[in-house]
Amino acid sequence: MTTTIESQQDKNELTYTFVMEFDASAERVWQVWEDPRQLERWWGPPTWPATFDQHELRVGSESKYYMTGPEGDRAPGWWVIDVAEPFTRIEFTDGFSDQDRNHNDSLPRTHTVVTLDDLGDRTRMTLVSHFGSLEQMETLTQMGMLEGMTLALGQIDGVLASTLER
Amino acid sequence: MVAHTLTRTETDLLFHALADGTRRDIVARVIEREQSVSTLAGRYDVSFAAVQKHVAVLERAALVTKQRRGREQIVSSNMAAVSTAGELLRSWEELWQARGDRIAAILAEPRHPAAHSKEGEKP
Repeated sequence: MTTTIESQQDKNELTYTFVMEFDASAERVWQVWEDPRQLERWWGPPTWPATFDQHELRVGSESKYYMTGPEGDRAPGWWVIDVAEPFTRIEFTDGFSDQDRNHNDSLPRTHTVVTLDDLGDRTRMTLVSHFGSLEQMETLTQMGMLEGMTLALGQIDGVLASTLER
Repeated sequence: MVAHTLTRTETDLLFHALADGTRRDIVARVIEREQSVSTLAGRYDVSFAAVQKHVAVLERAALVTKQRRGREQIVSSNMAAVSTAGELLRSWEELWQARGDRIAAILAEPRHPAAHSKEGEKP
């Protein structure tokens, strides 16, 4: 299971740090980021599942994805891979796209640094999100997409409960 | 979601106010019940003046209000601002908590059929 060890927000640095631990090797955790089929199972919530039609963990590579809403509406987005060091570190910038799938620069983008630490039989994943500005952070949290994600939490509980019982 | 839209200055003040552990603790305590600055000062290993400063920062962010009663300065929480701040931070936290939980669920599967996209991994 996941353990949230720490989550904190730093106003001066405009960062948000999230630390989790998984019962899996760093190599296995890397796969959920590397394999688009696994990535799309967790990036979007059950109500807005993600489809990555382009994704490769290689420096400079651009990922393209869209999330499909309950009404069939699509919310497209992108990632650009800034750093990819197998099993230890990923840095990427992500943002939103318009319906023609070009970068929508009027919406916030986030730079995220993911580090994986091998703890033997567990892996610690530290995630630091850097926001361009406080308004951007607020815009992100106010977007309907995030609201959808919050609402989706209830549905995940069932899935997790069955996972935990194993 | 968020109770009302904050201006940049309000958001700055709010985040600055909550960036400090002692200030977050003060907010938590006065949510429980209003208390005087001197009572609060007795709880921390810092000077009365330092606690007063922390309270002033929280006041500017509208997280607490302070009023004088006789010789005491009583600090109370402003729940509207507290919940706005909380929701702002919580949404981002929930987003990643939910993603983390979904990752954990994938990792808990004995063998994932989609893992084949990593070449040479399977026999």
